[in-house]
Amino acid sequence: MSNYFKNIKNAFKLKHYVNYIGVGAVLLLFTVLYYVGALNRATPNLLIQIGYSIILAVSLNLVVGLLGELSLGHAGFMCVGAYLGATVANALAGTLPLTLVLIISILAGGVSAAVFGFIVGLPALRLRGDYLAIVTLAFGEIVRNICKNLPFFGGAQGLQSEFYTEYLKAGKRALPLFIPTFIAVLFMLFVVQNLIRSKHGRAITAIRDNEIAAKAMGVNVTYYKLFVFVVSAFFAGVAGVIYTGTTSPIQYSFFSYNYSIEILVMVVLGGMGSIGGSIISAILITYINFALKSMLSGDMAAVKTLVYALILIVMVIYKNAPALKNVREKFNLQNLKEKIMSKVFKVKSSESDIRDDAGEWDEIPTKIITDEVLSTDFNLTTYTPDKPDKNQK
Amino acid sequence: MSENYVLKTENLGISFGGLKAAQDVNLKIKKNEIYGLIGPNGAGKTTVFNMLTGVYQPTYGTFYLNGEELKGLKQEAINQKGIARTFQNIRLFNNMSVIRNVMVGLHNNPAFKCNPFVSMFRLPSHFETEKNMRNKAKELLKIFGLLEERNILACNLPYGKQRKLEIARALATGPKLLLLDEPAAGMNPQETAELMETIKFVRDNFDMTILLIEHDMSLVSGICDRLTVLNFGQVLAEGNVDEVLNNPEVVRAYLGDD
Repeated sequence: MSNYFKNIKNAFKLKHYVNYIGVGAVLLLFTVLYYVGALNRATPNLLIQIGYSIILAVSLNLVVGLLGELSLGHAGFMCVGAYLGATVANALAGTLPLTLVLIISILAGGVSAAVFGFIVGLPALRLRGDYLAIVTLAFGEIVRNICKNLPFFGGAQGLQSEFYTEYLKAGKRALPLFIPTFIAVLFMLFVVQNLIRSKHGRAITAIRDNEIAAKAMGVNVTYYKLFVFVVSAFFAGVAGVIYTGTTSPIQYSFFSYNYSIEILVMVVLGGMGSIGGSIISAILITYINFALKSMLSGDMAAVKTLVYALILIVMVIYKNAPALKNVREKFNLQNLKEKIMSKVFKVKSSESDIRDDAGEWDEIPTKIITDEVLSTDFNLTTYTPDKPDKNQK
Repeated sequence: MSENYVLKTENLGISFGGLKAAQDVNLKIKKNEIYGLIGPNGAGKTTVFNMLTGVYQPTYGTFYLNGEELKGLKQEAINQKGIARTFQNIRLFNNMSVIRNVMVGLHNNPAFKCNPFVSMFRLPSHFETEKNMRNKAKELLKIFGLLEERNILACNLPYGKQRKLEIARALATGPKLLLLDEPAAGMNPQETAELMETIKFVRDNFDMTILLIEHDMSLVSGICDRLTVLNFGQVLAEGNVDEVLNNPEVVRAYLGDD
């Protein structure tokens, strides 16, 4: 057991925990503010929206950014999770404590979405690129329309979510939903990041980089594609269940393919394969939507989509326009980080600091004493490269 | 007896529609042999490689690895049975570092078995697996002189080293037979000489049998034990290097009639 903790300690790098720390800090801050009573009524709702957006964006990033397959059916999996999770919650509501009901329905919603992910993925993952995108898009629409037309799910009026009404009734006595939401976010980050930083994550990124070579290296491509698809669908289902806690009745129209695209926009904006980027862009886009909704009420509500689109266009132009190259190089996070590192911690960032988004980092390459490597008594198991000299100018 | 041969193909052939890209290819490769497969452009050499690694399913004939029939298996299954290959146009995992390229090669090594759920929830065996994989990969990289570059992205390596990395990655899968598709393509004479040493080294130290496609005759005559010449998908000649290269049929196929 002590060996286990030693292993964790040896593999520890602050870099791997930044996302947990960020999300955890937000959770802690708002929990304190909530119990102090400093939050207005709209904020917890916004926090829940942000929470499930993060789950959706990061889980889609697993498929789009790391596996390299385009899926446009993420809202469909969310829909499965929402309807089935809400059905379970409706059956249990009132008999059990609210938080327990939430946990059970989240598991039920997630697993049912994962099952659908498996069923859809099995035939669909034989396709690739645009064709897979079309099939997943169709899946999303089919699921949504089935839910709309099944009397069991309340038909076109939508499914009443007992869950939401129970939360309303309980008011301040219940644990506010945003706390379990963010715990779910942390759990999702834990699973996804650990998956990426393992041999399986390496296999998945190998498939993205070169599928033919991955096959030739003996990586079971079908297995990993299906596995990633199922994991991603599971978390989409979880997000769907969380969504049912914010509204009643559940409207089928919410899960339209526009919403799938919106999740994809979050992924693309945050950077393919970047978990931190997905989190930030999910927060940003959800907040922009929320702010526009409250600012532009009444007749102006129609302008909302326009403004939203304009913001996205500006962002894309800013990221790519050649004329803005100097501005981009002057103001970016990498520079900021280097500035902080050199001014506050007095560490000069290594030039060989390469960008690589999957798998654990090896030691940052430094000077290796060549004689040591070439000598015959050099032992790899005991060899540790010297750390960069911090005082070195 | 087929057991005496590491690789034995029987009338291996494939046709795409009416085009017979390869037919009646009979290779018999003994253990620890470096076997050359040569021929003019479009002769079907790479097609033979693709059949042996499961990219194409042969239309006719079959092939055996150490007496076990492998026809009809998928690419990943054939690799796990013990045939690894490199590619004519280098196919590395370009956005991954050098060491991670080799670690993907180690993926199916039975010593590093690890369930995805073990990795997901960071159960104790995960850390052991990762550490052992990394050390094994470092050993391989040291042998190929790539240890110092292990954290560089694979696409940033110089060309000769990318070739070496591809061989290292293929060896990481623990093959019994290594297929090299034009390993010396685009190399200067010095790099080619180095590569010849590497191939001999691999044969001797990894107890490996090697089948290679090559156009560079200095390399072929330098290291190959035996050769097969293909032309228009058919075997033109086979046997010892001197014999084959002086065969008038082969000279005609390369240089045309006089």
